[in-house]
Amino acid sequence: MKYLYFPGCSLKGTGRAYEESFLAVFKALGLEVRELEDWNCCGATAYMSVDETKSYALAGRNLAIAEREDLDVIAPCSACYLVLNKTQHGLKDNPELRRKVVNALKSAGLDYKGKVRVRHPLDVLINDVGVEKLAKFIKNPLKGLKIAPYYGCQVVRPYSTFDDQYNPVTMDKLIEAVGAECVSWPLKTRCCGGSLTGTLPEVGLKLAYILVKEAKKRGAAAVVTLCPLCQFNLDGYQDQIARKFERVDIPTLYFTQILGLAMGLPESELGIKRGIISAQAALAGR
Amino acid sequence: MSENKPKQENLPRIGFYVCHCGSNISSMVDVAAVQKYAAGLPGVVVSRDYKYMCSDPGQEMIAKDIKEHKLERLVVSACSPNLHEETFRKAAARGGLNPFYFQMVNIREHVAWVHTDKKAATEKAMQLVSAAIARVAFHQALDKKRVPVDPNVMVVGGGIAGIHAALTLANAGKKVTLVEREATIGGHMALFDKTFPTLDCAACILTPKMSAVKAHPNITLWTYSEVEKVEGYVGNYKVTVKRKPRYVKEDLCVGCMECIDACVFKEAKFADKFNQGLGKRKPVYIDFPQATPKVVLIDKDTCLHFKTGKCKQSCATACDRKAFDFNQKEETKELQVGAIVLATGFKAFDPARSPQYGYGRYPGVYTALEIERLVNASGPTSGEITLRDGKHPKAVGIIHCVGSRDAKTNKWCSRVCCMYSLKLAHLIKEHSGAEVYNFYIDMRAPGKAYEEFYDKLLGEGVHFIRGRVDEVTDWAMTPDEEGKLVLRVEDTLAGFVRRIPVDMVVLSTGLEPQADAQEVRRRFNIGCGTEGFFQERHPKLAPVNTFTDGIYIAGACQAPRDIPDTVAQAGAAAAEALALIDAGFVELEPNTSHVIEDECCGCKSCVPLCPYSAITFDEVKKKAVINEVLCKGCGVCAAACPSGSIVQNLFDDDEIFSEIRGILK
Repeated sequence: MKYLYFPGCSLKGTGRAYEESFLAVFKALGLEVRELEDWNCCGATAYMSVDETKSYALAGRNLAIAEREDLDVIAPCSACYLVLNKTQHGLKDNPELRRKVVNALKSAGLDYKGKVRVRHPLDVLINDVGVEKLAKFIKNPLKGLKIAPYYGCQVVRPYSTFDDQYNPVTMDKLIEAVGAECVSWPLKTRCCGGSLTGTLPEVGLKLAYILVKEAKKRGAAAVVTLCPLCQFNLDGYQDQIARKFERVDIPTLYFTQILGLAMGLPESELGIKRGIISAQAALAGR
Repeated sequence: MSENKPKQENLPRIGFYVCHCGSNISSMVDVAAVQKYAAGLPGVVVSRDYKYMCSDPGQEMIAKDIKEHKLERLVVSACSPNLHEETFRKAAARGGLNPFYFQMVNIREHVAWVHTDKKAATEKAMQLVSAAIARVAFHQALDKKRVPVDPNVMVVGGGIAGIHAALTLANAGKKVTLVEREATIGGHMALFDKTFPTLDCAACILTPKMSAVKAHPNITLWTYSEVEKVEGYVGNYKVTVKRKPRYVKEDLCVGCMECIDACVFKEAKFADKFNQGLGKRKPVYIDFPQATPKVVLIDKDTCLHFKTGKCKQSCATACDRKAFDFNQKEETKELQVGAIVLATGFKAFDPARSPQYGYGRYPGVYTALEIERLVNASGPTSGEITLRDGKHPKAVGIIHCVGSRDAKTNKWCSRVCCMYSLKLAHLIKEHSGAEVYNFYIDMRAPGKAYEEFYDKLLGEGVHFIRGRVDEVTDWAMTPDEEGKLVLRVEDTLAGFVRRIPVDMVVLSTGLEPQADAQEVRRRFNIGCGTEGFFQERHPKLAPVNTFTDGIYIAGACQAPRDIPDTVAQAGAAAAEALALIDAGFVELEPNTSHVIEDECCGCKSCVPLCPYSAITFDEVKKKAVINEVLCKGCGVCAAACPSGSIVQNLFDDDEIFSEIRGILK
């Protein structure tokens, strides 16, 4: 199976561990992934609230480039995934907006028809590859590792493309497939703090604190997520959380990292050491 | 077609009448101009306008003119034929004219009510009038066919609606067959402990009616049975019913239940469907002590005999009436009935579709039907409110509108949930002393003594929080939330978000169409609304009729409704069926199609197109044959016939082409 890959800014920056593990795992599974040629900002964050039309055009450009080939485009970052999906919906539902964006893209020699499918790597692993096939690649099952599966908001809301909006279960299936154990917790899609950790830390930090504290309380040795911003908030602010509330110290890994570990890929290829809270104890202690 | 055009001198004498309908038509159409215009059209010998054509003087004027002016055709330009076509056909008949020498023009709904430009509207009215006058010349004298009506009735569904309809019909002396797919009649009402707003015991008012059904000499009760096929037409339906095997002979079993004690399974260990899975039953069982018929049955999926073939059949040995028959087979029965009442009920919303409420994830979350069994003295806990872990709840939250008034699931209000939530709040408090919280969007209590019941509950200390619950979670924010289920809700009266910790959550699930409502509606050839409930013929004026004559609907299969409304509707459906039967015959509209045998080339194109299965093929003559009793006059066959050998009364080529010419004039 072949896919295009839209990295966005996070996977080249704060989420490098996500990119490394995603590419390593897909390669080991025999899935061909090619980075989208000349991609640009997905149009997320500030752009959407400043100038909606321009942000649609920005996202539309990525989609138009992807459309040159008859392949699904994988967007691992939740924000990219949401914005690209939102653009598809927005351009489909609003003919006036579509006309403007298509004209803008034409002037750059691009054509947008709205036929490309935007995919999340978790969706690809569970629904294209399948749990049964994945099981054949598991060499080093993560027996005894208790994990809190954390989905965040953007992959399931507002568009529930491949999982339920309130109680998603796709990543739970993957965690079980790698031999680890999901702790039962109801905060799977609760806010991680988003950009409020930077702009309104008294609000954002508390939101992140609630998640890591509850994961630990329920016996999880690690949180596993699928979003670079969630990973950043839960992993990167634990010192500040310790100063403001209490020390929790729980590592936050990407689902691609634990899959890679279970497949027997070396830690160095999976960016395990890039975490600020070390995962070594959690991984060794099982 | 010009050769068929009637010559000016041969035109029949046409009378034309245009109605003002008070000011309904005359405010947007220049009625006098239409009258004058029609007077000048070929064949028209009388042209009049009148304030209310449908009034007695209006009709009298028509009848009188027919006689005085020797009118041969009649055109009335007024409202929709749905309203008054029959009125004017009768006026024509009183004047001595065949009622089908008449054409109606709708210039109210089709013109006056939908336009704002009087000049253009008047022109449009003139065109429509011209078309009608041109076509009426070709009308032929037709007669309505009379078909006798079979006086027997089938009622499908043995809930309170079906029970009431069957008893009403049987009391009127009609032979009724009541078909129910479960092993007992009683339906959802049999699950309830008390009924709102009177809090009278559901079983006490239902079971006497169930016994009356069983005992009634005019009622044949077929439970554990399903309708498989319906053929025929109004007054003459042929129904095929499948009777599933119980492996117990119904005529021999007296319901002593000694077989249940004797079953090789000493403990009841299989989920009890009647008790919503909260209790256990054995493979040989009876749903509840007052089940009707009081006959046990065997569940093939759990019975050791059927699963392994190695069972000593101690149930059969224990039966001194020798009622067991492990070789019983499914039976197919046929029925002839004149009318059918469908009372197939509803399905409760499956709360797995609203996962935010944790049903299936948290053992403390229950559906309202489960609570009905828990508070019921004959339920699995004998009426004690006990959680799945054996503890007793100190606080209970009842969430209204689960699967109702929700864009994500069902948009409609299920109408009964506010009231049954109040009832359950009262019963839970009475049985357990727990604090009870109701979470509602709007409190809907629009029935006799319903608002008073709400008021009574307010006085009982039940808490009411106005807001839709966002989620049920076991995530504790504070020590007093530990080990509890927390309901997070925006209290829209207090204006802030609240977290209410409870031990038990009750989901007031809404009412949905039965899972197989679409199949059933196709089997009975009736319609469904967009939400999937059976479609009534008219929402206000024909609420128990369907678009298929002789088939009536009652109860929650038509829309969510409570017991009083269901019973009223069941009575209405029975009365409609009686009106049909006691008339003794039905008159069929003559707008049917027939085949000109000499011209039919036997291609069979029409046969599969007929939505009413009215066309058969005569293999000897190699010609299509239309049963005019089954034909509903849709015209599909006439339009499709490649040789033009199918002709539909009132819609033959001359009539349609002259109508088109009239409109284009």
